[in-house]
Amino acid sequence: MSSPPRPPSVGPPGRQTLRRTRPRYGERVIQALLLLAALVSVATTAGIVISLIPPTAEFFGRVDVGEFLAGTEWTALFTKPRYGVLPLLGATLLITVIALLVAIPVGLGAAIYLSEYASPRVRKVLKPALEVLAGVPTVVYGFFALSFVTPLLQDHWPFGEGPDFNNALSAGLVMGVMIIPTIASLSEDAMAAVPDALRDGAYALGSGKRIVSVRVVVPAALSGIVAACVLGISRAIGETMIVAIASGNRATLSFNPLDAMQTMTGFIAQAGSGDIPVQSFEYKTIFAVGALLFVITFVMNMISIRLVRKYREVYE
Amino acid sequence: MTDIRVTEPPARAAPRKLAGPRFRPGESVFRVLLLCCLGVGIIFLGVLLTYVLVEAWPRLDSRLWNNFPSIRRPEAAGAQSAIFGTIWVVSFTALFCLPTGVMAAIYLEEYADPNRWYNRLIELNIQNLAAVPSIIYGILGLGLLARQLSLGTTVLTAALTLSLLVLPVVIIASREAIRAVPQSIRQASLALGATQWQTIRRQVLPAAVPGIATGSILALSRAIGEAAPLLLLGAVTYVAFNPEGLESAYTVLPIQIFGWISQSREEFHHLAAAAIVILLAILLLMNAAAIWLRNRFSKRW
Repeated sequence: MSSPPRPPSVGPPGRQTLRRTRPRYGERVIQALLLLAALVSVATTAGIVISLIPPTAEFFGRVDVGEFLAGTEWTALFTKPRYGVLPLLGATLLITVIALLVAIPVGLGAAIYLSEYASPRVRKVLKPALEVLAGVPTVVYGFFALSFVTPLLQDHWPFGEGPDFNNALSAGLVMGVMIIPTIASLSEDAMAAVPDALRDGAYALGSGKRIVSVRVVVPAALSGIVAACVLGISRAIGETMIVAIASGNRATLSFNPLDAMQTMTGFIAQAGSGDIPVQSFEYKTIFAVGALLFVITFVMNMISIRLVRKYREVYE
Repeated sequence: MTDIRVTEPPARAAPRKLAGPRFRPGESVFRVLLLCCLGVGIIFLGVLLTYVLVEAWPRLDSRLWNNFPSIRRPEAAGAQSAIFGTIWVVSFTALFCLPTGVMAAIYLEEYADPNRWYNRLIELNIQNLAAVPSIIYGILGLGLLARQLSLGTTVLTAALTLSLLVLPVVIIASREAIRAVPQSIRQASLALGATQWQTIRRQVLPAAVPGIATGSILALSRAIGEAAPLLLLGAVTYVAFNPEGLESAYTVLPIQIFGWISQSREEFHHLAAAAIVILLAILLLMNAAAIWLRNRFSKRW
């Protein structure tokens, strides 16, 4: 710092050599600025909560909480609106389950291969290749689900009537592929953190590689793997573009994946991209559904973060 | 993505050759099964890219970047306003989020005492924000920026919203890069009488720049592909002009693509595919730049 030199401070003579000779105000200012930047993230969360609460409160001033959570009809944008969120919740749940049925086994298998079988060189090529999947914009996945996967399913459906033009199945399948890298990458990290001594012990007892992987490494990394899956659930619940494009805009309470349905995010996207007047009640519904979505994903994220912490503490 | 790896994971020990002497058919079946898992993702990616390219082929020409969108005449429609809108929005996103993100990362790595509750809160908060659905950021932008602060649905609102969206990614990546700089460098600098900030600015930051740059590029490539929050922020589909300032209306490529997918006519699907090819090409270039940066400048200490 280029401030003019000051006379040495007057302190007890014996400790003077080790004492800072002048206060560095510039350092303090910089530290405060940096802290301010870090606080932007806290302000973001606060901003989300602040922007959600007033419209949501207004919404529940007119709609009963019980009706919202237990009602089976969602016609928020119609002339005779009904605000039962179950159809949106059911669709979200169904598509999430389909996505996880794809993502968890496949992601876990890929993680085991990358962690236990692949040579360092192979891993160096395959892991980034897998992660490209996570970089593909979701609008592209939506396009692919609607114009490639759905026709494919319709043409080759083996029994009965095929899926609708918009359906939950193709959205869920494609979303599953999108989540594979999330689960594979985090699980692989957890497996890599398992100490070699555990593997060596199992090998010494005469186990093969498969037994070591499945009976030793996976259980030892379980909390990390579960965290990865919880994060996967959170991503599936929050994913918007794929469901907005491929699963349809009709909120129906159905558990047939061949039907068209609308998820929570799908509704927010549909309602939000129209021209809804700010003062109208429809506008408030966006925030009410958004608040529900935020609470659900918030809880999921916290569970996932906690689990990751847990396995880190064990092995480091 | 939240899990961006800037530093290479440590090399693992060579595979051991101590497998049992017996022939184990289960082993090879299992191995093949695992390889299939890996294959699913990569084959899917290959099919997706091929399909998009084939669909886009008839429309992949100069009309795409010379013309503006048109609802009536798909054969004359282009995506110029979306391409320029993307450039505008992403430039300002970078301008807002990169300095903030790097500063926050410096604070958390160099100054913050991890035992203090407020520092732990900031950290937890960032981890949570990294996994908050992007459409929630759209609600934030709509409720707080566009309405409360009455910024309207402009380039500025979009850039601010996307900045907040990718900020956690920038912070996490920058932290990893800063953490990878060895302590001995800091200690040497401090021992020579440099202050903490001088140490950070002249020693730590230059050493961490490649990692920070890699993470930043990946974060911005996420911002480019993001459509959900902008759906709520008035990125309308048929904008027949390029943005001229922060107050301007705009559209971006993902939104333009979304608009074209929603059209029923066949021509618009080819158009959507063509715009997707452009979007993917931009993203691929950015990813390649990130990988190149990492390989070119990464140091092993």
